[in-house]
Amino acid sequence: MTQETQIIMGMPITIEIVDSMAARIMDEVFAYFVGVDQRFSTYKPESEITAFNQGLVAPLELSAEMQEVLTIAEQTKRETNGYFDIRRADGTLDPSGIVKGWAIRNAARLIEEHGVENYFVEAGGDIQSGGRPAEDQEWKFGIRNPFDESQIIKALVPRGKGIATSGTSARGQHIYNPHHMNNPIEDIVSLTVIGANVLEADRFATAAFAMGRAGIHFIEKTPGLEGYLVDTQGIATLTRGFGAYVTS
Amino acid sequence: MHIYSKSIAALLFSTALFGLSTVALAQAIPPRLTPSEPVLPEPLLVKNIQYTDGVYIGPITDAYYGPLQVQVTVKGGRIVAVDALQYPDHRSTSRAINDDALPILQQEAIAAQSTRINAVSGATLTSRAYLQSVASALRQAGG
Repeated sequence: MTQETQIIMGMPITIEIVDSMAARIMDEVFAYFVGVDQRFSTYKPESEITAFNQGLVAPLELSAEMQEVLTIAEQTKRETNGYFDIRRADGTLDPSGIVKGWAIRNAARLIEEHGVENYFVEAGGDIQSGGRPAEDQEWKFGIRNPFDESQIIKALVPRGKGIATSGTSARGQHIYNPHHMNNPIEDIVSLTVIGANVLEADRFATAAFAMGRAGIHFIEKTPGLEGYLVDTQGIATLTRGFGAYVTS
Repeated sequence: MHIYSKSIAALLFSTALFGLSTVALAQAIPPRLTPSEPVLPEPLLVKNIQYTDGVYIGPITDAYYGPLQVQVTVKGGRIVAVDALQYPDHRSTSRAINDDALPILQQEAIAAQSTRINAVSGATLTSRAYLQSVASALRQAGG
């Protein structure tokens, strides 16, 4: 078993690979994240997204990766009644709300393409796992206590599904209600979503968090998603199927 | 990781959340998504601090994506409620989404778990703004 953490895209990324040949695959996956950062970082003056936002690249000249991410963002905006929107007030695009989940999913695919079955990838609190840590064990992931970073408030067994949490201060990810730009989402602090994979979990966690308390109902009625919402009072609301993923 | 460890507010708040009986708290919470009554009862009080009765509103603090503000209610020298102040427009949006008949979803007080885990899902630095606002409201109450 090999585990390694690197800071890329401004966040800690941890990869654990149970199977052999881990070291070489690990290097390749971390390099993949570095490439994603170079292409999608709105903080890097030389990134493709920066060039696009400056009008230096025409839409048809965009890379396949950029087109894919922008397409997913557009699809997510439609699926969430506009609550997920990568367009900033100034008209430029900030796809960081979707890039993390997308990159983790792709990293997981990359790992699986090498024949690895047992692994997890965690980046900035979003997790994709496959297989198990040992023959008689399952991967278990905690939900961080939004009021105390040293604690967890739930232990989850995702069984191959993706987990993502949106919170009031996820760095680099300004979450606001796009229908009421000046109104903060002040009465909920954390929304954890379990989805078919980490991309699904991440994009819907981000959008549903922007809905405030109603977000948990959006997760409830969207097929394939389960959620755990924590409000400012320390009260959690669970979707009906969430309990199936909870362990002790 | 213990970024709040020096904050009195953090102490107050963790005491409030985790010193509670889950059962007692569960009974106090309406099983609906309507804004609940304040649910932070007595354990929020740190020993030997006597607050002045009243309702105190914290300053607007930066919760990273926008401002946050809380209101602390003190009765009999004890904190009986900590409420996040709400914005009417945001509420009406929520209500619009809530309009179709919604299932009643289970609620629970969060509680620390000791399970061994492989990794953690969460947004970091989440409640710094919240704790700042609570701490400031409590200073007004003489704490």
